Amino acid sequence: MSDSPAIVESHNPEQQHHFADMEQQRQASSLGMWLFLATEVMFFGGMFCAYLIYRYWYYPEFAAGSKTLDIRLGAINTAVLICSSLTVALSVRAAQFGKRKLLVTLLVATILLGLVFLGIKGVEWASKFEEHHVPGYSFHFEPQAPSHPNTKIDPQRIQIFFSLYFAMTGIHALHMVIGVGLFAVLTFYAWKGRYNSAYYTPIENAGLYWHFVDIIWIYLFPLLYLIDRKK
Amino acid sequence: MFDNFPLWPARASTTAGNVDALYIFLVVLSTFMSVAIFVMILAFAAKYRRRPGHAAEQIEGSTILEITWSVIPFGVFVVIFVWGAVIFFQERTPPRGATEIYVVAKQWMWKLEHEEGHREINELHVPVGRDVKMILTSQDVIHSFYVPAFRIKQDVVPGRYTTAWFRPTRPGTYHLFCAEYCGTQHSGMIGQVVVLEPSQYEAWLSGGGTTGSLASTGQALFQQLGCSTCHRSDTQGRGPNLAGTFGKPVLLDDGQTVIEDENYIRESILNPSAKIVSGFKPIMPPFQGIVSEEQLNALVAYIKSLNQNPSGAAGSPTLLPAGTQPQAPKVQ
Amino acid sequence: MNMATVVNPVTERENYLNQEYGVRSWLLTTDHKRIALLYLASITFFFFVGGLFALLIRLELLTPAGDLVQADTYNKLFTMHGQIMVFFFLVPSIPAVLGNFLVPLMIGARDLAFPRINLLSWYLYIIAGILMMHAVLTGGVDTGWTFYTPFSTAFSNTKVIEAGLAIFVVGFSSILTGLNFVVTIHRMRAPGMTWWRLPLFIWSMYATSIIFLLGTPVLAITLTLVIFERAFHLGIFDPTRGGDPLLFQHLFWFYSHPAVYIMILPSMGIISEIVPCFSRKRIFGYSFVAMASIGIAVLGFLVWAHHMFVAGMSIYAALIFSFLSYLVAVPSAIKVFNWTATLYKGSITFSTPLLYAFGFIGLFTMGGLTGLFLAALGVDVHVTDTYFVIAHFHYIMVGGAVMGYLGGMHFWWPKISGRMYPESLGRLAALIVFIGFNLTFFPQFILGYLGMPRRYWQYPPEFQVLNVLSTAGSTILAVGYLLPMAYFLWSMRYGKHAEPNPWGAAGLEWMTPSPPPTFNFEETPLVTWEAYDYGNIDLPKEVPVER
Repeated sequence: MSDSPAIVESHNPEQQHHFADMEQQRQASSLGMWLFLATEVMFFGGMFCAYLIYRYWYYPEFAAGSKTLDIRLGAINTAVLICSSLTVALSVRAAQFGKRKLLVTLLVATILLGLVFLGIKGVEWASKFEEHHVPGYSFHFEPQAPSHPNTKIDPQRIQIFFSLYFAMTGIHALHMVIGVGLFAVLTFYAWKGRYNSAYYTPIENAGLYWHFVDIIWIYLFPLLYLIDRKK
Repeated sequence: MFDNFPLWPARASTTAGNVDALYIFLVVLSTFMSVAIFVMILAFAAKYRRRPGHAAEQIEGSTILEITWSVIPFGVFVVIFVWGAVIFFQERTPPRGATEIYVVAKQWMWKLEHEEGHREINELHVPVGRDVKMILTSQDVIHSFYVPAFRIKQDVVPGRYTTAWFRPTRPGTYHLFCAEYCGTQHSGMIGQVVVLEPSQYEAWLSGGGTTGSLASTGQALFQQLGCSTCHRSDTQGRGPNLAGTFGKPVLLDDGQTVIEDENYIRESILNPSAKIVSGFKPIMPPFQGIVSEEQLNALVAYIKSLNQNPSGAAGSPTLLPAGTQPQAPKVQ
Repeated sequence: MNMATVVNPVTERENYLNQEYGVRSWLLTTDHKRIALLYLASITFFFFVGGLFALLIRLELLTPAGDLVQADTYNKLFTMHGQIMVFFFLVPSIPAVLGNFLVPLMIGARDLAFPRINLLSWYLYIIAGILMMHAVLTGGVDTGWTFYTPFSTAFSNTKVIEAGLAIFVVGFSSILTGLNFVVTIHRMRAPGMTWWRLPLFIWSMYATSIIFLLGTPVLAITLTLVIFERAFHLGIFDPTRGGDPLLFQHLFWFYSHPAVYIMILPSMGIISEIVPCFSRKRIFGYSFVAMASIGIAVLGFLVWAHHMFVAGMSIYAALIFSFLSYLVAVPSAIKVFNWTATLYKGSITFSTPLLYAFGFIGLFTMGGLTGLFLAALGVDVHVTDTYFVIAHFHYIMVGGAVMGYLGGMHFWWPKISGRMYPESLGRLAALIVFIGFNLTFFPQFILGYLGMPRRYWQYPPEFQVLNVLSTAGSTILAVGYLLPMAYFLWSMRYGKHAEPNPWGAAGLEWMTPSPPPTFNFEETPLVTWEAYDYGNIDLPKEVPVER
């Protein structure tokens, strides 16, 4: 209520003119980020919905397609992402305590882990191109011995699995690229000492975004790599 | 004078009357509601117009009124819902013994084939008073089979069969439209349904030259493609005996049961491994891309015909050339 | 800002319009009111582009034969008419223009929560608009606005990717607008502005924003998959590879049915402002009208498959979606009854905004009632994909949404521009729009029941008379839309200066000068009264009460 501009200015240089105080600004940003993540859930939700329907219809094809994915690289990538979530969580804490050097180090570590993930993903994609597992005219799939003796794989329908594989991991990777870019900008500002215990919302929100992208992968990994891996 | 200005579509099927009845009810209801709202607004606006010495009376609202005008409309809605649903169930449940017509839609043409083997393009002849079931599929994009005079419409989807049925009640020539946008000549993908008196229909049937019934075309294909080698009329074949199975439940190897309908046969020809009949191996090659939609229809018609005529079962020996006698069956 | 240099002889008071001049001050503004005006200019442009396509469609349909344009051209015309009108006019219209302008003013905030994101969303809109216009000018799109697969993915050879991308981007513009509104309404209300004191326009904006946030991303991913399928030959909707074209329809309508409520809810909000103001009464059943907005937003997500009753769905699924469609009709009915009841024992002035509001109630009622026809399964089979559907959704989206938009523009024009428009011309235009609209679209109900399918370039001759009526109506409608455009522009220079509260309306936006200062209020207001407190507001002498 008592937000005459003079008092506002004296609070914090990061406070924007239209907010009454820093607390209102922080709450607004935080709510905004959560709402944005809700839209992201719906965005990925469309693909997960398609995935579930087709997996139910074409289970043998999905199982066969899944087996061609490199479970080792997938697992390593999962570990890499979980580590990056840890560095992000720690960086929020570092920002809250105003530890500039620690913050920069952790942000750089996050970026590097993100790049490692993207690199491994790139290797996986490249091998799919070599194996002609990319949907389209040159698609070719030589089924291995199926796990159930009575199942035959339809090579047409296996393209659906790979279509979803590329769409889902592709859009996830795009989110990773955006996240890495975001952290690069934040690292620059952190280096200049912009964040402190009174103002760390950007780090917190970018962290939320990163955790979200991480969680999407936590779902993608079992759904894409771990179909019918028993025995 | 109303030749080019009709206000009501022709009514030429058993369904049409039912749809019209609900439609008229809805028109009356909507007119009543619209007029009531219009009159109230205009009456209030006139009676309570702003004038000196008259001020608005502040009214908060009334929960009783709110509940009244929520519950009563809802009750009316439920009536409409049930009424509409009953008609829909009739429209969607083809009666037994209906004459079947296979329809293949493609950009921008309707290809129709009668059970007796007559083929028509953009034109369909049917007799008055007989139930007709359409089995529809598309070669390319989604189309929609629409005969306004019958009040029926069904999307025609590539990769699957959809069905519709009608029973014409009045001879005449009626529009057949494609009602789902399908590209450049969407509005040119029209034809006509000619409803004939039964005697005229017989005359029409005998007039056109055919290459034999749809089922017999299918039977020939069944031999040509070698289906009869495995799908034999005894229990010894490597594939299931198809005689008399249509419309009955089939036990699959994963324990599930499906009803053997047109879509199941279609899938089992194009992609046999999708649903394997219990006790058989997935050895049949897929026919995706090998048989055309028309050939597929003929095969489906043939397999269905095995129900009516169990003696002429799969691999009927009379049609088999001597050289293609099936091998002695392997023991499962 | 040093104001000494910019002294306007007529309005010396500093406001958001005269505080700064020059292109930069507009293109880099973060003021929600200026951004609203940027949107106003851009959506007006697209409205006239889409309207031009509509006129060409109507002219082609004047005769049964396809003689004015080629079949392919006609298909592109109705596709781009739909895409531009839905995604570039109707969806952003009220939220991005009036919502942007009014949400902070109505709740007593200095700006939206994220002013820079607000500007970003306008730039996204412009980028999308350029992409769309590029697609239009370099060949166009012919998939229908619905992008049905496999036609859009494998058969159409037009600019599907570009148009899809444009709609994807404009979708993000909507998402950011919705996000901004929700956060603003949650976090930026003035002291004393409790939820139950919010104007109903804010409630409707809140409900709309929820749909923006939860619906638009699904459209975005659906179009992404269509684009991927065209560009990289994925097979997700390709029936020859086991993909399911119906899945596309489910995903598409999951957004596009709620999108109808994106278009109509804001208009309902406007009507809930106009009707109490010009009948000098508190709105009848405030909480029911507010909750009806939320109810529509929530139920609106559960009815999408009623667009697909003949698409090959199971009959049991059809039953459920038909029933749910009737449920969503209940809150709409509640609103109509409450507006009507608000007039009872009021003190009614027939000003232009109220005429538009009456038009809205009438046309929306007819649109809603014909929705009952379409939700009735047995009747839907006959009338879906015919001109009956065209007429129905134009009654909602043009008769409803555009009437509401125009009513709102007239109601708040004094606040936006600081000028009054000519009242008698305003009433005339409202009448012309109402008559022109009914003449255009009522015949289409009859055409639809007769069986004329939609998207037909040529048609059997017996449908001609009704089509001629419809085309004649569309020219009248066009005049009705050009007229306000002309006198609004005229009034910006020659109109009478507006008082802060020319209508004697309740609401915080009327307690600040017209046009408002840059930060909306001299000091943050303290709200101690209920919404629509018309018992305690006197009419100013200036109100145009001619009779």
